[in-house]
Amino acid sequence: MSTGEKNLTGWADQDHVPGIKSELLELNMGPQHPATHGVLRLLLKTDGEIVYEVTPVIGYLHRCAEKIAEGVNYKQWMVYTDRFDYLAPVCCNHAYVTAVEKLLQPEVPERAEHLRVVTAELSRIASHLIALATFGLDMGAWTPLLYCFREREEILNLLERIAGGRMLYNYFVPGGVRYDVPDDNWVHDVLEFITMLETKKIKDYNDLLSYNKIFIERTADVGVIDAETAKAYACTGPVLRGSGVKFDCRRDDPYSVYHKFDFEIPVGMGEMGTVGDCWDRYMVRVREIEQACRIIRQALDTLPDGPYQAIPLNKIVKVPAGAAYSRTESAKGEIGHYIISDGGQVAFRNKVRSPSFCNLQVVEKVGVGQMVSDLVALVGSLDIVLGEIDR
Amino acid sequence: MEILTAWLQGLPGFGGMSDQGLFITGAVIMAALMFIVMALCAIVFTWMERKVAGFIQSRYGPMRTGRWHGWAQAVADMLKILGKEDIIPAEADKGLFVFAPLLVLLGSLLAWAAVPWAPGFTAANLDLGLFYIFAASSMVIIGILMAGWSSNNKWALYGAARGAAQMVSYEIPLALATIPVIMHVGSLNTQDIVNAQQGGILNWFILRDPFLFVAFWMYFIASIAETNRGPFDMPETESELVAGYHTEYTGMRFAFFFLAEYANLFLVSVIAVMVFLGGWWSPIPGLDFAPALTFIIKGVLMVFLNMWVRWTLPRVRVDQLMYLCWKVMIPVTLLCIVGSGVLMITMGGLG
Repeated sequence: MSTGEKNLTGWADQDHVPGIKSELLELNMGPQHPATHGVLRLLLKTDGEIVYEVTPVIGYLHRCAEKIAEGVNYKQWMVYTDRFDYLAPVCCNHAYVTAVEKLLQPEVPERAEHLRVVTAELSRIASHLIALATFGLDMGAWTPLLYCFREREEILNLLERIAGGRMLYNYFVPGGVRYDVPDDNWVHDVLEFITMLETKKIKDYNDLLSYNKIFIERTADVGVIDAETAKAYACTGPVLRGSGVKFDCRRDDPYSVYHKFDFEIPVGMGEMGTVGDCWDRYMVRVREIEQACRIIRQALDTLPDGPYQAIPLNKIVKVPAGAAYSRTESAKGEIGHYIISDGGQVAFRNKVRSPSFCNLQVVEKVGVGQMVSDLVALVGSLDIVLGEIDR
Repeated sequence: MEILTAWLQGLPGFGGMSDQGLFITGAVIMAALMFIVMALCAIVFTWMERKVAGFIQSRYGPMRTGRWHGWAQAVADMLKILGKEDIIPAEADKGLFVFAPLLVLLGSLLAWAAVPWAPGFTAANLDLGLFYIFAASSMVIIGILMAGWSSNNKWALYGAARGAAQMVSYEIPLALATIPVIMHVGSLNTQDIVNAQQGGILNWFILRDPFLFVAFWMYFIASIAETNRGPFDMPETESELVAGYHTEYTGMRFAFFFLAEYANLFLVSVIAVMVFLGGWWSPIPGLDFAPALTFIIKGVLMVFLNMWVRWTLPRVRVDQLMYLCWKVMIPVTLLCIVGSGVLMITMGGLG
């Protein structure tokens, strides 16, 4: 039933019914389409159900965030990073704050770093839950969506208690975090939630979706991104790891205090089909949730006392002149921030390398020869977020 | 029908009517009754679908409209949809576009005529009853094709092409799965089929022999595909084809598709009840107090089973759907026919 080995070259030269003019059907998928996860537009050329050409058209959510960075000061721009990957905003905060601190070199308190790791990992779990949910939805499974959102709600509640916001937190500041742990119960509640997730909920998702026969049929051997392609297209995050490449910035280029924690890097192993198929990418996310739980537990168990800010909140940050590049592992992959400072309150230039942008481009290669339904599976398994692609 | 005309004859004022007049009056009453049943189906089952989905997805579903568990939500939706603007796309083929939803509705409405609600109570007691039901409900395909083609929308066209392919294919196992029962009964008359299952749950065709048991599940799977519901909702695949063949429809025309979907859902469920699950006979022999109620309750339980499946499973892909139909279900149903026939001959009295 595989469509991969179909001869795709020279469609026009193939034998068609003589006397009947036939051509490929041009199909506009998006920007308003339920399966494109936002305002992504995919320009398809199809022959019936088979896709012969797919071109992602992006830019519908462009908000000039990088240009704005040249007009607002370092602390103020933090709120714009929230709006990149709005499903894992804390991870985006982390990426930016790492870059700024490379230039600023403040003495970030240990407690702040631990809180950063905890909130970033909670955010990663929330993002992955959405990835599982919407991927299930793309496959026509409605119920896992509600289950995942139920658990995400818990995370939002926890993050609301510590950061004040439910979706866009603006929690990190250069030199620390904005607020300390709100009360004694917070740590306990996080641990309780993590335990519940690890022991019960992930099993639920696996029973309901991951090991469902129909789900496996739909995702195994579909949209295979081999390791070479993944590297060539600069894929990162679960997409790269789904292709069997064991690379994770948290381990291979440690930032913050990730070096202190013990966790594994799950990779796609092709259990249900080929390495790098949609099921592998999906499963990497499920396993990353487990690992994130492990990290949070360790970080909270060893949460040190002390201050949580190195620079007072009301002080405007002036960054020494110079340039710095930082890369961090967000939920979607590797976020890079390149900051050039001329010594003032405002960055001279801020360039962002967003993971979804690179991950999406692989559609052009892998999407060819798939069925329309499989293309939906492929795009869903890449787990793109348009706020990050268009910035 | 006969019961109805006899009843009418007994009423004051109808006594002097000619046979033909009685027949026409009875037919009009029956048609009105069927239409009401159908409209009720849509209203009750949309509410039920939301409640079942809510229950499965650990949420409430509608809770406010009408106070008690949002019972009036479906009514409110119907009223809302009546007030919606009726849009016909500029480039659409207007005639076909307007006619398509009616044809879809007609297809599922016609089939209701032969459904046996209670002993002797069938709108049209046809000798070819079951055959007629399948024939009438296959008209729905034409309506779907028309809707998709006339909308002048590529997504709708995709949906229509998929829908036609799927429904044409799945009608085969659907009808084949009922053949072992027809062999047992020796009649296509729907009343006869139900009457043959008298005497408790063990006499229902689903438990008569192992092949019939398999045939029932084949029928069940095919019936989900026939009604275009998950996991076989290819024609309307929300995440792929936007809304499939009814993408361009709004207001009441959209409601017709909706109405037809739920009417169809109940139709295939009551056929399953009629053919395999003993029709109006209660599971315990001798407890047949309210045949019509028993019949409807069984039908609703089958609908519930349908909803349960829909809200649990992911959707299959269109080629897997075809594979399942042609390479799995048709051979299995054929095997059921042969097996059941062999059992009938060798075991004698079974039939």
